[in-house]
Formats: sequence, structure tokens, C-alpha cells
Amino acid sequence: MTTSASKHPLDPILRTERIPHIWCPGCGIGTAFSSCLIALQSSGIDLDKTAVVSGIGCSGRGAGYVRLDSYHTTHGRAIPFATGMKLANPELNVIVFSGDGDLFAIGGNHFLHAARRNMDLTVICVNNFNYGMTGGQAAATTPNLAKTTTTTRGNPESPFNLPLLAYASGATYIARWTMLHTRDLTQSISEAIQRRGFSFIEVLAPCPTGYGRRNKQKPIEALKIFQERAVVKNGANPAEVLLDFKRGITLGKFIDFERPTFTESYDKICRPQPAADSA
Amino acid sequence: MKPAVLTGEHFITGDVACAEGALAAGCSFFAGYPITPATEIAEHIAGRLPETGGTFIQMEDEIAAMAAVLGASCAGAKSMTATSGPGFSLMMENLGLGLVTQTPCVVVNVQRAGPSTGLPTLGAQGDMMQARWGSHGHYEIIALAPSSPQEMFFLTIAAFNLSETYRLPVLIMADEVTGHLSERVVIPDASKIKLQSRPRPKGRKDRFKPFQAGMNGVAPMAHAGDGYKVHVTGLTHDERGYPAMTAEAHVEMISRITGKIRKNLDRIILVEEYRLDDADVALISYGISARSSLAAVDEARSKGIRAGLLRLITVWPFPEDQLRRLASRVKALITVELNLGQIHLEVQRCSAGAAPAYLVGHPGGTVITPGDILRQIEEASGR
Repeated sequence: MTTSASKHPLDPILRTERIPHIWCPGCGIGTAFSSCLIALQSSGIDLDKTAVVSGIGCSGRGAGYVRLDSYHTTHGRAIPFATGMKLANPELNVIVFSGDGDLFAIGGNHFLHAARRNMDLTVICVNNFNYGMTGGQAAATTPNLAKTTTTTRGNPESPFNLPLLAYASGATYIARWTMLHTRDLTQSISEAIQRRGFSFIEVLAPCPTGYGRRNKQKPIEALKIFQERAVVKNGANPAEVLLDFKRGITLGKFIDFERPTFTESYDKICRPQPAADSA
Repeated sequence: MKPAVLTGEHFITGDVACAEGALAAGCSFFAGYPITPATEIAEHIAGRLPETGGTFIQMEDEIAAMAAVLGASCAGAKSMTATSGPGFSLMMENLGLGLVTQTPCVVVNVQRAGPSTGLPTLGAQGDMMQARWGSHGHYEIIALAPSSPQEMFFLTIAAFNLSETYRLPVLIMADEVTGHLSERVVIPDASKIKLQSRPRPKGRKDRFKPFQAGMNGVAPMAHAGDGYKVHVTGLTHDERGYPAMTAEAHVEMISRITGKIRKNLDRIILVEEYRLDDADVALISYGISARSSLAAVDEARSKGIRAGLLRLITVWPFPEDQLRRLASRVKALITVELNLGQIHLEVQRCSAGAAPAYLVGHPGGTVITPGDILRQIEEASGR
């Protein structure tokens, strides 16, 4: 049923025949995904030369809904898959869209190394603080003391500070927004896909089904926290942006600088150079 | 740019011959991780790829290497990795992704003795069943077993051609001895090397179904950036590539990935017969063990025992018909391999009692000597 009245501006880059999506009511992934699609559409990049790569999990389903070359890979391996894709065809814009469990637990090592190499990828991580797809288990991003199905008395572990991890690893663009901050988020994604180098954007998103209901947090309450406790501090030191839902959630574009990408360094250092002009 | 095909005579190791074979086959992407005894493949190709227009990357582990190889192939590159047992275990995850997404690539396993860290510097053939069934679920795979550096060169080309023709990861199941052996390797003129490329789609982009099989069971492959806007997933999927979570869809998908191999066994399987025409005792062997077997056949013949060798160049899919025919015409079968009986299980299965089947094998660390084999030939022939 596609009458002109039912057309949505994002329909051209959606696999509309695959809608409805699997995301639960109140889930934040859809909003983050929409921001990503708007950024792709508005950035002016050649969408025929754009690939979206996901891993496994709720956010990992993103690749399945975007009408672009889209690759839904194995759990944690979206970044190395995307690395191969980018190196085989450097003309491609390669965007990784996946979740916190996928990118930072099982895939954590790949994130570190792609950032270290300054691989020319845009990595968008929807952080919903738990493993949603499997029913709400503790993740590497679950706040200390939070309840999940594998930490019923509270999480004994502490979460990663993802922007700091990205910075220490060598990422050259780092931003964090919540899915409520759609304009800022869209702007950041658009910037990231148009620049060279490893860009990382963390998107905080509620997971009412997996996380919220075990932590006495109704969907609207999670959004209120995102709205009321958010402090935008562009240029903030990544070491000082550890998430603290009581005191404040620091958002913004933290890092944006240039250094040679893997491909630039490889071409310069590893390939035979044309003979220099005699001077 | 330097030539990818180094035509001429060389004295090189099997590992280096493998790397040169890859370049001659048109490989333009290698992702790897150092591991004895396969490291020399990565070292050699790391120098050669950038000077021939390709790209080498050393990844953070073998999981990432295999993932990168698949990503590169989906973007259009003939791609490859090389490893040994522990790395091969790590690659099993994304090997499955390659099989189910029908992504061509070549994976070399220069086998060392396992399990676990095992004997890193010493040869074995203990990963043969892992090659067949190491990734979870049901699938068909192609695995080739080279016996010499010269064959490391040619079978690497063959592996690329098979992977491109049938759209799947193809394994080269080498061994430490063949990988580290230095021998004469003749590289022919580039014009003499036949290369295959994956079938590519034609026609309307909006009607293209990425997993709709063509005549030989193989679907044309659209690359990222071609404008076909394909969806590729490790989930069970339909011909459009879309997830389809039903038993019926699963049967159809598994039929696609197994059927394209089962339908083309005659085109895929390569074996070599040596003095088998009038043989009473047939050896079945592959890789470095086949070379010991050759010597044993000649020694047995010099003693008046009619022995012969069926050398498996293609190990998977297993040459079932060849084995059945052989079992029906000889008095005894002897499998010779550097493990405690893996391919031997297949020999027993296919011979089904038509001839008694013996094993000469040990778990690796040294080659099997012709003397070990000769003793079993004499016993089997009643001497």
C-alpha cells in the first residue's frame, strides 16, 4: 500500500516491505536509526556508494531496514567486516550501525584497533545499557548496581566510558547524544560521514522492555532523565564524561581532529612511490 | 607497479608459492594474523600486494582477519587469509558467514599438530574434519590438499577459481612440511593461467534477487557500490536476501548452499591415480603423506606387490564415487594421513566393507615414512 499520501520522506532509503520493524514500543533505536537515515539523505554523499554494516542485536537489525548495500554480519564483527569493505573499495562510504553489546563486549577489540588505525569508518553505537535482543542481560555499558536478568541483585561491575575508550584508542571524531537530541545527533552523523577518519558517535537510548522495567524506569522517565540531566559540553575532555544519571549526562562533540587515515598512511608508506623529480 | 605473475623458475617454499599463486589468481586483498607455520604467506604477500595494486592488512586476530576478507570480497576484491590450527578455530565463526552469504574467498590452513597450541613448528593433518564440519550448521565446502610447493602455487589458483565459480570460501588444507619445504616452482606465463570470476548481475537493479540461483545453482553477485542495494545477512534468508524465520525458508536456503556443490561434483573433484590400474592394494592419501605414499608404492612394486595410490587433491567434497569404484576392484585399502583416522572415516564409509580398510596414521610432529606404509602394504597383501 503505497499511495502518495502514505509516503514518508525516508521511504526511498527504507526497505519499506520489511516494515514493521522488530523494535519494541518505547525503544530508542528507531529514532537513532531515523537520524542516521536523515543524515545519509541530507549529507549529499553518493548513496549508491554507501554501505551500512551491522553486527548482531536489536541495533544490529538496522542494516536490514536501510535500502542501501547493507550487511548484517556476525556478532561483534561489523567493524572488521567494514574494514575489509573500505580497503577493497576506498570510494565507498562505510557506516557501522550497531549496539553497545555488539561493539564493546564481543567486538571490543575490533573497535580499539579500527580507531587506532584511523580506519575511515563512521561507527554509530546505540547504547541501551543492556543486551536487548536476548532479553535484558548485563552489558559492558550497564551502570553499576543496575538490575538485569544476569545481575538480579544489581550489577557488580562498572561500565565503560565509551568516548574515553574511543579517544584512548585513537578515534579522530567523538560525539555523544541521546535519541532525544535528534537534530544534534543528525548533525553529528552527517559531519562524521563527510569527514575522513574513524568517527564514533554514541547514542543513548532507552530499552523499556529489557532494561527499564527491571530498574523501575517507565519509558517516559528514561526520556525525562535524558532531557533534564543532559549537559551539552562540546569539546569536553573524554576523561570527564563518564555517564552519571544522577548528576548529569554530558553530551556534545568532544573530539574532532585530523590525522592520516589507514589508507593514506598505507599508500604513502607501503606502496612504491613514483620517482621524485630531481631537484 | 610490478607484475603479479612472476613467470619463471623459482626455488621457494610452499608458503611463498602459495602467496605467489594468490597473486597470479588475481588476489588483491589479504587480511591475516601471524601464526606459525603460515606466517611466511602473510610476510611475502605483505610486500607483494602493495606493489601490484592490492592491499594487505594485519588484523588484531583471526576472527577479524576472516571478517575483513569477507567484507573485501563483498566490495569486489578477490580476497584471502592464511593461518594454522588455533587461527583456523577462530575463523570458523565467519567461515560460516561466508558460506551462508555465498561470499567467495580463500582460506589457507598450513596445518600443525593440535589440539590447542600443540606443536607449532611441526606438521600434521589433524584439522581435516574441522575443515568439513568446523563451523556450526549444515553446509558443503571445498577443500584442496597440496603435496608440494609447485602444487601450493597451482592449487591456490584453483582455489580462487572454485571460490569465484561457486561463490563460497574455499580451503587449502596444507601442512607445515609442505609449507616450509623449498623446491623448484615453475610459474607459467600469465597468459597460460586461466582465471575465473564470480558471476555478476545484469538487468534491472530494482528486480535483482541476490540469492536467486542461476543455471549451475550459483547466483550472480552484486558488490557494494554497484547500485543494486543488496541486503546480505547471516540469518536464514530468502532469494531477496531478506531474513525468513521459517523451517521452509531454511530448507530452501540450505538447499541452495549445498545444491550448488552437490550438483557440480564432477567439475569440482580432482584426484590423481598412481599405478592403480592393476593394483591389489590401494593407498588413499593427500598432502605431504601422499609423497611418502608414492615412495611406498614404488618400493612395494619392487617387491612384487601390486600397490597403487589414489591421491586426493580435492578432499572436500569427498570423492565418494572414486572411492566406491576403487573399493570394488582392490583387495585392500590403506588410508595414509597425519592424524589418527579422519579421512579414514570417509574411506570406511564409502568402501562400506567392499574391501578391508586399514589406517597408517599418527597424530603429527613428523612425517609418515615410506617404511611405515610399506609394512602395512605387506600385511594387507598377506606377505
